[in-house]
Amino acid sequence: MLLLERRPQPSRFWIYSTPLLAIAITMISGGALFALLGENPVEAVLAIFWEPVFGEFSFYHRPQILIKSGPLVLIAIGLSLGFRAGIWNIGAEGQYIIGALTGAAVGLAFYPMSGWFIFPLMVVSGAMGGILWASIPAFLRTRFGANEILVSLMLVYVAEQILAKMALGPLRNPDGHGFPGSRNFQNYPSAHNAELIAGTGIHLGIAAALVSVMFAHVLFSKHILGYRIRLSGEAPRAARFAGVGTSRIVFFCLCTSGALAGLAGLFEVSGPSGQVNIDFNTGYGFTAIIVAFLGRLHPVGILFAGLLMGLTYIGGETAETRLGLPSASIQIFQGMLLFYLLAVDVLSNYRIRVKPPKTRSSA
Amino acid sequence: MLLSLSGISRRFPGVVANDDVSMNVAEGEIHALIGENGAGKSTLVKIVYGLVKPDSGSMKIDGEHYAPLGPTEARAAGIGMVFQHFSLFDALTVTDNIALGMDNPPPMRKLSVRTRELSKNYGLPLDSGKIAGALSAGERQRVEIVKCLLQNPRILIMDEPTSVLTPQETKTLFKTLRKLAESGVAILYISHKLKEIRALCDRATILRGGRNVGSCVPSEASIGDMAEMMVGSSLKSPVKKSRNRGKVVLEVDNLCSDADSAFGIALKQVSFKVGAGEILGIGGVAGNGQEELLAALSGETKVESNTIRLKNEPIGHLDPDARRILGLLAAPADRMGHAAAPNMTLVDNAVLTGNRRERLSSRGFINWDASSQFCQRIINAFDVRTPGTWNTAGSLSGGNLQKFVIGREILQKPDILAVNQPTWGVDAAAAAAIRQALIDLARNGSAVICISQDLDELIEISDRFGTLNRGELSDIRKTESLSTSEIGLMMGGAHGVDVAHAPA
Repeated sequence: MLLLERRPQPSRFWIYSTPLLAIAITMISGGALFALLGENPVEAVLAIFWEPVFGEFSFYHRPQILIKSGPLVLIAIGLSLGFRAGIWNIGAEGQYIIGALTGAAVGLAFYPMSGWFIFPLMVVSGAMGGILWASIPAFLRTRFGANEILVSLMLVYVAEQILAKMALGPLRNPDGHGFPGSRNFQNYPSAHNAELIAGTGIHLGIAAALVSVMFAHVLFSKHILGYRIRLSGEAPRAARFAGVGTSRIVFFCLCTSGALAGLAGLFEVSGPSGQVNIDFNTGYGFTAIIVAFLGRLHPVGILFAGLLMGLTYIGGETAETRLGLPSASIQIFQGMLLFYLLAVDVLSNYRIRVKPPKTRSSA
Repeated sequence: MLLSLSGISRRFPGVVANDDVSMNVAEGEIHALIGENGAGKSTLVKIVYGLVKPDSGSMKIDGEHYAPLGPTEARAAGIGMVFQHFSLFDALTVTDNIALGMDNPPPMRKLSVRTRELSKNYGLPLDSGKIAGALSAGERQRVEIVKCLLQNPRILIMDEPTSVLTPQETKTLFKTLRKLAESGVAILYISHKLKEIRALCDRATILRGGRNVGSCVPSEASIGDMAEMMVGSSLKSPVKKSRNRGKVVLEVDNLCSDADSAFGIALKQVSFKVGAGEILGIGGVAGNGQEELLAALSGETKVESNTIRLKNEPIGHLDPDARRILGLLAAPADRMGHAAAPNMTLVDNAVLTGNRRERLSSRGFINWDASSQFCQRIINAFDVRTPGTWNTAGSLSGGNLQKFVIGREILQKPDILAVNQPTWGVDAAAAAAIRQALIDLARNGSAVICISQDLDELIEISDRFGTLNRGELSDIRKTESLSTSEIGLMMGGAHGVDVAHAPA
């Protein structure tokens, strides 16, 4: 009989090994899935994990990976603050949309004026938009005890409706011959989030992601605020006893993650995406939840997890074009990754022991 | 005899919960089981209800051998139990809850009819369609009782049934219990409220230290007699302490607070003063406002600013850290998750309360070297057995973690330290060390408030003594002037503050 035995304290080895184990199991079951679809599993897994980085067309794929990873890392870092404190912001996608909208609206309002101050102003208003959207669940939770998971999630759908309205209404390109979508920021230099180094894919958003990783690392390892966030998550009653203001932590965590998600949205809309459109959001806000957990809620871990997740996006595309795999398969892949990660997590808190079956004494 | 126990013994690691207990319960009898907390009442009824197996001894029902393997068998043998804390699903109706609690629930319609019959016959007013979440404590208890009665029990065990009831609800309950007894059901009634027992019970068995120390007919015995049996002569008589009470450090004046949960207790006009160099002991059975009092003192619950004054300064509105800076430190009862965070390291846990007074951070940045040194000082000074400061608090044994928690506060040299149940579940050696540390702290001029349900402990260390009962504090008396029976009376709430009067 297999027995799960609680460890006296979480195993350091497994805390760091479980993400790798989860990736390995995902590759195996993903391979099995592809085999069932009639593909060569090794080739399919290689197409996803190997080709984009080291393959023939890696000069094209590598910048793409960074472009995908940047917003994921930026959002996941914000989410990890709350997740550490037991505050579950599931609505980063909504904050991402609103941040993009407010930032873009400010930029478009200045069109066609040129000036150095326009882009910084967009950045600030993008962050403010995210904060605004995240402060709604924060307020409702602290004031009325409303569950922030539900509120933040539902606000995603509200944000999507606003996005559609904006893309078709106020922000629509007046010179766009009636097509939905705003002006393209690529044609408006003062508001364009251009590549910092041409051909690398690195834009300000990716730089911001790196800064956020460092910021979060210092916060958690050195600062009393990071300590309080950890304490609130580990033992809420002990946090109250220590004098941690629960409402302040809720607001800080939700608003910071809102700000970072808003920034990610702004950098995306003014850079790689280029315009506000109905289908602007592609689920970064949700995928970032996986990234945060895959990275063990640790800033450096999140950086690697973001890169890996970016890789699966691009790898999924290569697999799609090269092997004709269905595009949904990559979502299944990402889903499996989170599932296995949560499942093998049990190993860090429990050890498995094999015990000879005992005959139960029965009545 | 309906139920007879003979020679029941049960040991747990470190304690003997029941030691050779024999007793009989007759049909139609309301039989009280009284004793202090830790006297073994709960273990004994858990044995009867099949939740705990005795190490030795035997039980008989109607003269037939009875050894239940679990509650299901106990119920089949005609034993029902109403627990102190209820287990109802808030979102479901009364009938749903009743059906869920039965081994073989009948169809819902029948059940609802039977529920109505029962509640009419026994005076248990109950609206079977109501959602459980909307019920008062008394109504919830009625649901639990009906759940038991539907199984047609011959013996009904009630564990501290009045602790959550209003006086009015208590009255209703007593009527019901009498009716049940008339119809032949035996009731095993656990309580430490002697007044209620005198009003309700036909016979009482008194447990002390796991042993049956005698029985009596409550209506014929005086409350004083019963109290003395309960507390016993094993209680050392208080001895004069050589400490002198200095200037008043903390003054609590008319402190009131709301109950923090459904099972919480509101504090009602609690007033006391503590002077430098003295230990004020606050006794009473846990769940009578102890948690709430500590939370109000530590700052976790904010109260009206003037109801708590530290060195004449109103501090009721301050948060815990602000109070720490002023010199008021506290240690809550629950070390796992309240006084300490079990999954965090000992260093993290040293920062938990030591941050301000030990200057473990500057401009928001934690000085981990200083924190780790502070942690090491606690470990050395209080002989905390652990491989190192980077181990999690949860990996320590109860006694070691408690020494760490108390040590953490004492090393910060508080002007006043409030502790709740400082030696709860702690081995004898660690308990002695913690008591000595509190005495030393007072000797060095700090004021100490020790909330505890361990009478021996309070008698040993406190200069003055009072008890909390249903959120009300008794008069505070000099410990050395108290006789053991007076202490017993104060514990039992027979000093005029217990409002659970019952028709005699």
